[in-house]
Amino acid sequence: MGGKTLTRADLAEAVVQKVGLPRNESQELVELVLDQISGRLADGEAVKLSSFGSFGIRQKGQRVGRNPKTGKEVPITPRRVLVFRPSNIMKDRINAGLSRTRGKTPAE
Amino acid sequence: MIKSELIQRISTNNPHLYHRDVERIVNVIFDEIVDALARGDRVELRGFGAFTVKHRAARQGRNPRTGASVSVSEKFVPFFKTGKELRDKLNDVAVPKPPRVSSKSAKPAASSP
Repeated sequence: MGGKTLTRADLAEAVVQKVGLPRNESQELVELVLDQISGRLADGEAVKLSSFGSFGIRQKGQRVGRNPKTGKEVPITPRRVLVFRPSNIMKDRINAGLSRTRGKTPAE
Repeated sequence: MIKSELIQRISTNNPHLYHRDVERIVNVIFDEIVDALARGDRVELRGFGAFTVKHRAARQGRNPRTGASVSVSEKFVPFFKTGKELRDKLNDVAVPKPPRVSSKSAKPAASSP
């Protein structure tokens, strides 16, 4: 895709600019938000953020996989996976932003 | 946990901040992520995960009820890939704590790792 990659530092910078907190405190708050979400998810609790989306946990049973290099069958242990479901607001904002700037050229 | 509970938890952790400021902080963070994706950027939060946008080309779809073919225009879909650290965190605790989310085939927790 076209652009650059944002990181924690960019999110903290947005907090500095828009809320007016000191940089180090903004960084801590970004971290705290992510830690809180991770913590709830690790407890098996779904996290729903209105206008953004929801993070849920799925329990996967054991299944047989294959080492793609050797072709050997290997068991895949039961595990929990995270699924993110974007809200319609998020999808709409992304489509509004990208179809406007991108026109018909298929993006890669 | 929903957004208001997240805000509440962060407020409790930061008693010196006004509740409404915490609300703004949380909203700024998530708005910033959406704005970035809407520009075509990606957002990579090490240890947590990465948000990217995938392009879906226009295609000829079908109404499954009537079988009539409908044209589906191209679209962009947000995608989240879980970071390694968070993925591990989910599974280290998988044994003692089965997920509380109600999902279709709730498989009973494995006896041992």
